[in-house]
Amino acid sequence: MADASKLPPLPPSPYGRFFRDGHPWIWTTRAVTAVLLLMVVGIVGIVVFNGLRTFWPRRLVRYEMKDGSVVVGEEIRREVRRVGLDSREQEEVFVRVGNREKYGGNDFRWIVAADVKSTSVPEDLLSFERMEHGPAYGRVRQVLEADVVDGRRVQKVVAEGKGALAALERGIVEAAERRASRLELQEGEIDTVSRAVDDVNDRRRWLARTVEPDDPAFAVRKAELDREEATLQERQQGLLQKVGAVLKEDRRHLVLLEDGAGDPWPRPVAISQVLRIDAVNELSFVGRVGLCVARFWRFLSQPPREANMDGGIWPAIYGTILMTLIMTIFVVPFGVLAALYLREYAKQGWAISAVRVAVNNLAGVPSIVFGVFGLGFFCYLVGGWVDRTFFEQRLPTPTFGGGGILWASLTLALLTVPVVIVSTEEALAAVPRSLREAAIACGASKWQTIRRVVLPYASPGILTGTILAMARGAGEVAPLMLTGVIKLAEDLPLDGEAPFLHPERKFMHLGFHIYDTGFQSPNVDASTPLVYSTTLVLLGLVLLLNLGAITLRNRLRKKFRTGVFG
Amino acid sequence: MTALPDSLPSAPEVSPPRPPGGAATVLEVDHFNLWYGPTHALKDVSMTIGERQVTALIGPSGCGKSTLLRSLNRLNDLIDNLRTGGDVRLRGDSVYRRGVDVISLRKRMSMVFQKQNPFPKSIYENVVFGLRVDGEKRKAVLDEAVERSLRGSALWDEVKDRIHKSALELSGGQQQRLCIARAIATRPEVLLMDEPCSALDPIATSRIEDLIVDLKREFTVVIVTHNMQQAARVADVTAFMYLGRLVEVGETTQIFERPRFSETEAYITGRYG
Repeated sequence: MADASKLPPLPPSPYGRFFRDGHPWIWTTRAVTAVLLLMVVGIVGIVVFNGLRTFWPRRLVRYEMKDGSVVVGEEIRREVRRVGLDSREQEEVFVRVGNREKYGGNDFRWIVAADVKSTSVPEDLLSFERMEHGPAYGRVRQVLEADVVDGRRVQKVVAEGKGALAALERGIVEAAERRASRLELQEGEIDTVSRAVDDVNDRRRWLARTVEPDDPAFAVRKAELDREEATLQERQQGLLQKVGAVLKEDRRHLVLLEDGAGDPWPRPVAISQVLRIDAVNELSFVGRVGLCVARFWRFLSQPPREANMDGGIWPAIYGTILMTLIMTIFVVPFGVLAALYLREYAKQGWAISAVRVAVNNLAGVPSIVFGVFGLGFFCYLVGGWVDRTFFEQRLPTPTFGGGGILWASLTLALLTVPVVIVSTEEALAAVPRSLREAAIACGASKWQTIRRVVLPYASPGILTGTILAMARGAGEVAPLMLTGVIKLAEDLPLDGEAPFLHPERKFMHLGFHIYDTGFQSPNVDASTPLVYSTTLVLLGLVLLLNLGAITLRNRLRKKFRTGVFG
Repeated sequence: MTALPDSLPSAPEVSPPRPPGGAATVLEVDHFNLWYGPTHALKDVSMTIGERQVTALIGPSGCGKSTLLRSLNRLNDLIDNLRTGGDVRLRGDSVYRRGVDVISLRKRMSMVFQKQNPFPKSIYENVVFGLRVDGEKRKAVLDEAVERSLRGSALWDEVKDRIHKSALELSGGQQQRLCIARAIATRPEVLLMDEPCSALDPIATSRIEDLIVDLKREFTVVIVTHNMQQAARVADVTAFMYLGRLVEVGETTQIFERPRFSETEAYITGRYG
């Protein structure tokens, strides 16, 4: 062996250490990761910022214009726009002026910054949240009571000036109580009775279809149905009268508002139309944060109003969660059983490889194709069969034969099943051979080995697949549009009314809600902020579902993996 | 001493040969052959295993001793492309007969593996695994089996206060003794051990060796080992395997002191291995 000291020194790398150690590539990987991180932070940041800003109470600004007119509203943004034939640049302010019906249906306005003589923030300006027509900005002039005397409508001023605001607030509380009692009636007894009426009508149609009119039984049964319907209608009349009384009382209590410039509205409006008054210009920072949180909470907890331009998104949140859960209930057993067969029982060969390729390719099929399939197979074929078999009385009105939360969930389960199959197969393959052998050597059959050793050990991996499937399913929109999502659902698919879960009902979904408010709204300026807010909620919801599943998975992982080599 | 002839009918003329030491026969390996695909891994092996004896299988790596052990309880069935010839008989019942109930067969021959492989379950559930897959649900029976088996594997005193804790919290040597407890919980006739100490430190090894000598009172033990001192210490009978053939089998003292074949001597004196 040669003496080490006599060996010639290694030649230096021609590029130096910089290239030899791969620094350019290391920096490329860093840069790519940084770009990725920036994009994620950017998109989440934009959604969070804009989503929360929707609820942030902006100050009501009073702009006095040079021509003497006055504009009052929330300043949304300032922009330099090109206007006129010579497309000269000019700074303009985008103001939400509210009072939609007073200003001809448009509550947003561009004003030219140069035309503004002065701006101020009057402390006493109020923001009114209303049932219809979006917000109103201004002051309270009079609280009135309307009565009919000698066939003529007479309005009497109850409070005016300083007392008007307090009287209006009292009126709002009373109106809220009346609304609650009315909704209880409408959603409780009236709903039950009208369903009973529907049922009588179904039976009437059924009778006409199944019994000949000259059959003596026909007359008897028809008389029975007539009696039943008469009773129901009497009950319905009584209930409707109660509701009518409430509505009449609502119409008695009126308020006359004035706009920001001090002009009164042409007519007083019903107090029941006003939901809340906020003195936004008086609020401190803490007060603003409180109002922001309160508005966000109402956004989460209330149903939408005004064609999804206003109000909350509670039914959409509910529908999204329920649909995702139903989908998970179907997709996990289905995917796990399929993967078990493919990995554990099937003889590996070209046929199984072909099945695997097919399953993986399913993941690449455009989701709208699944929607078309779901509509054709689940809604029309399976649903049609269910209707003909179990709900024949109601035909031709479809029960299961149209879109519904069950069919939508099944369609999404089909869409996400490849994810579960692939990750379950990987998890099964990762179970150590020594554990299988141990079980088999103890006299366990193959099935006992799988059930008692392999599946528990693979469960964290299976849950990973479930998480991926849930995240994918909760964010999917296109297939739902064909299989059961609607813009506005009257009833929730899971409620207090027997049989509690109504798998045939159509439902609302956050993803579709984003599309609907963003692109189907008659008032883009009013609904755009809600797109961000809804997106924020959807992101939060997916995150929550994932966190839940990840916690569960980590707990299982800890249980099955600690100290194996200890 | 003679060299091994090139072509061997290495099986003794008398078939089945009597187990050395005059014990009753539990297992007979009768002209057993095994192929992994084209590889002929076991070549015409014949031997008998005596009751309540410790039989050690020794030989260099790849000689087929583990394969032979796994052929006894048909654990090799899990491997694709496997063919066998000849037979193994457990108390006269053919193991490789067509239609034999492999599962009940394996219950009569428990196994302990090279690498300790407790299930990721509690100590208790590990021990009763074999009983549970048998459908045993009575708590008294299970409790009795746990204490008996853990005492049998000399683990009871160390774990009796935490038998419902995870088995994965035990040390390596404890885990291996737990695997032994799991193997003896179902009261098998034969205990098959595939290099049970190869992953353990010397202290844990010596405890297991003591345990094997104790277990002999109740079970027939077949142990594969790399470690000749271990074979010398624990085994009554030693079988030397080389290149898929059983070269010679005899009482341990005879194999180590007066080997009949030069290959055996070369191996036990450490000239290869």
